[in-house]
Amino acid sequence: MAAAAQPSEKSDGLVFHPMDQFIVQPLFGSGPIHWYTVTNVTLWMGLSVVALVLVMLVGTSKRALVPGRAQSIGELAYGFVHKMVEDVAGRDAVPYFPYIMTLFMFIVLSNFLGLLPMSFTTTSHIAVTAVMAIAVFLAVTVLGFVKNGVGFFSLFWISSAPLALRPALALIEIISYFVRPVSHSIRLAGNMMAGHAVIKVFAAFAGVALISPLSVVAITAMYALETLVSFIQAYVFAILTCVYLKDALHPHH
Amino acid sequence: MAASTDQVASKCIDGYGSAIGMPQLCGDWMANQIFWLVVTLVIIFLILSRIALPRIAEVLADRQSTITNYLTASEELKSKAEEAERAYTQALNDARSEASRLLDASKAEMKKELQAAINKADAEISVKVGESEKSIAEIRNNAMASIEKVAKDTAKEIVVALGAKADAKTINAAVSSKMKG
Repeated sequence: MAAAAQPSEKSDGLVFHPMDQFIVQPLFGSGPIHWYTVTNVTLWMGLSVVALVLVMLVGTSKRALVPGRAQSIGELAYGFVHKMVEDVAGRDAVPYFPYIMTLFMFIVLSNFLGLLPMSFTTTSHIAVTAVMAIAVFLAVTVLGFVKNGVGFFSLFWISSAPLALRPALALIEIISYFVRPVSHSIRLAGNMMAGHAVIKVFAAFAGVALISPLSVVAITAMYALETLVSFIQAYVFAILTCVYLKDALHPHH
Repeated sequence: MAASTDQVASKCIDGYGSAIGMPQLCGDWMANQIFWLVVTLVIIFLILSRIALPRIAEVLADRQSTITNYLTASEELKSKAEEAERAYTQALNDARSEASRLLDASKAEMKKELQAAINKADAEISVKVGESEKSIAEIRNNAMASIEKVAKDTAKEIVVALGAKADAKTINAAVSSKMKG
């Protein structure tokens, strides 16, 4: 988090570099970043896998009848997502539960790891969230046509509306359907990026002795908010995936 | 995190290692991020779907079945306890009725004994009363005889004292007739 204090050619008092924390850089040496280069993205995604192994594998390895703390967390996560899939997308969506669980666990662990000082928040990048959102969009669309055939178009043809309104509504529904991956991905990346950038701006203000106490209070408050946002955005991403899945399985309103 | 200053300046990083614009929009890095994201998601999916989720599902099912077993066992024990309570109540009622039966019997016996004792005492008392009456009558008769004799003697003395000749026979007859009243 030292980016803000780094010397710059225009270093006259306050220096703001709130976006430097999002720079992708190679872990070893320097040079151009190819698709296979081991970068800080690799490191922090790898750490999310390590965290996942700790919570979901090591924690549950005892298979205790009365769970300990670690096992409780694993079971809580399982029960939380499983119930969400069942309640939102319906009972026949349960086979897709591992996919939604994968997305939820990756996002929630990456968000929380990103809250560590000096860390790199992988989910703050639109490239990351867009891949997940587009994957969800494509999977749900393909699934909708596979399960319902042409009947999937009834998602856009609202039979409960007056006939005259239906073409207009269909246009709106189609536009909103294709906007889904955009809002789905930008919501997560934007939330994560904005919160982290704001914390970094407050941190830059801490360089002024007079403002620094206020700055520390503001950072603490923002950190608390970001902790909440980290979970809520993972939840929102997962629950929207469930809603889209429900539309694919039951397109009739 | 600060970019190391030895990093080659690119179209996304200036000469001082700071970001130019939003790093999120830097096209040079996207392929790298997408590649590692796909790798990560595949690993997470394999860990979850192959090991973690079946294991947790199994643990939860085990717990559910254990709870169900315990519930059935407790239901059984409860019915047993209820049965035992019924038996206990039955025994208690039996004991109560037996006790009251015994109480009644002993009451009746005691009453009989008491009656017999009362009768015996009454008989003894009446014998005693008879004897007493007899002795009282005897005493009274003796007393009457003594009084008569004293009266006769007194009358004789009075007659003599008055200077008349005491005719014993006449005086005795007169006193006896007076005493009979």
